[in-house]
Amino acid sequence: MALTDEQMERYSRHIILKEIGAKGQKKLLNAKVLIIGAGGLGSPAAMYLAAAGVGTIGIADADEVDLSNLQRQIIHTTGDVGKAKVISAKETMEKMNPDVVVKTYHTFVNASNIRQLVREYDFIIDGTDNFPAKFLINDACVLEKKPFSHAGIIRFQGQLMTYVPGEGPCYRCIFRDPPPKDAVPTCSQAGVIGAMGGVIGSLQAMEAVKYIIGKGELLTGYLLTYDALTMEFRKIKLPRDTHKCEVCGDHPTITEPVDYEPDGCGG
Amino acid sequence: MEEIHFDAQVDITDKVCPLTFVKAKVSLEELEEGEVLAIRMNDGEPVQNVPRSIKEEGHRILKLVDNEDGTYTLYVRKVEEE
Repeated sequence: MALTDEQMERYSRHIILKEIGAKGQKKLLNAKVLIIGAGGLGSPAAMYLAAAGVGTIGIADADEVDLSNLQRQIIHTTGDVGKAKVISAKETMEKMNPDVVVKTYHTFVNASNIRQLVREYDFIIDGTDNFPAKFLINDACVLEKKPFSHAGIIRFQGQLMTYVPGEGPCYRCIFRDPPPKDAVPTCSQAGVIGAMGGVIGSLQAMEAVKYIIGKGELLTGYLLTYDALTMEFRKIKLPRDTHKCEVCGDHPTITEPVDYEPDGCGG
Repeated sequence: MEEIHFDAQVDITDKVCPLTFVKAKVSLEELEEGEVLAIRMNDGEPVQNVPRSIKEEGHRILKLVDNEDGTYTLYVRKVEEE
């Protein structure tokens, strides 16, 4: 498949890069990325991946756009309030770049649908806002041997890490189990600065792009944290010992994704 | 004057910076290692910048020929990296 004249122009700033070129751009055009959550993290991630020409983008979210989302969920606009987030996100992405095919999943991910969903994609972005979903995504990606980017944001803080099968710890290696219900405030109770989704969600898009083109170092084995008030990034080295992990260790006890009790935050 | 053998050619006189280089680079990527691309370009900015950018990518510049019609033809041998 040769790039058209229009694609050459649209992706010129990518093609000029030594690490991408026409070859890397074609990899992007052939890639499939699933974004779970069309919210604060998923919005910028989806928009940058659509602009970059990732050929197939899946977007999963059960919610409708709410006025209180618009302070940070930049893929949706005021006129989208009440619309399914996945439809609103699809419309924005298709307007940005006609090269992209957007598949929508207007549903909560759960133990019975997640494995089948991630199976169809090359890379998964966790843009969810609750612990049950984060463990669910981790376990499904480990079981299906899929790379994914975990992220979380709250108040003025954000964090992310990348899992690649066979290359270091998974989310469960580090965090074991979801915290007890109500032990940790969700972002709907605690608040979050809008641009935090932009910073961290864009970093997730960056990890997806690097994975697809096969260049650079990923955040495997590291947790990157960002504090906007002190303006500090910390790259924390994670233990590489994954043997005892319940899902990716030598003797896994979790062999199917688990539905934990919802922690009270709207998806 | 000695003729240079080339395997493919591309005309970038219809483009302006940076698409001149982009179009040349895309054509180069379609060649096999060691093959030669003839690139026709306008005098001025393209002649100053395109050969330099191609060189920075590791390819070998063989010759720049003045076509005496306001265009030049650059002959490049593809060098694959890695």
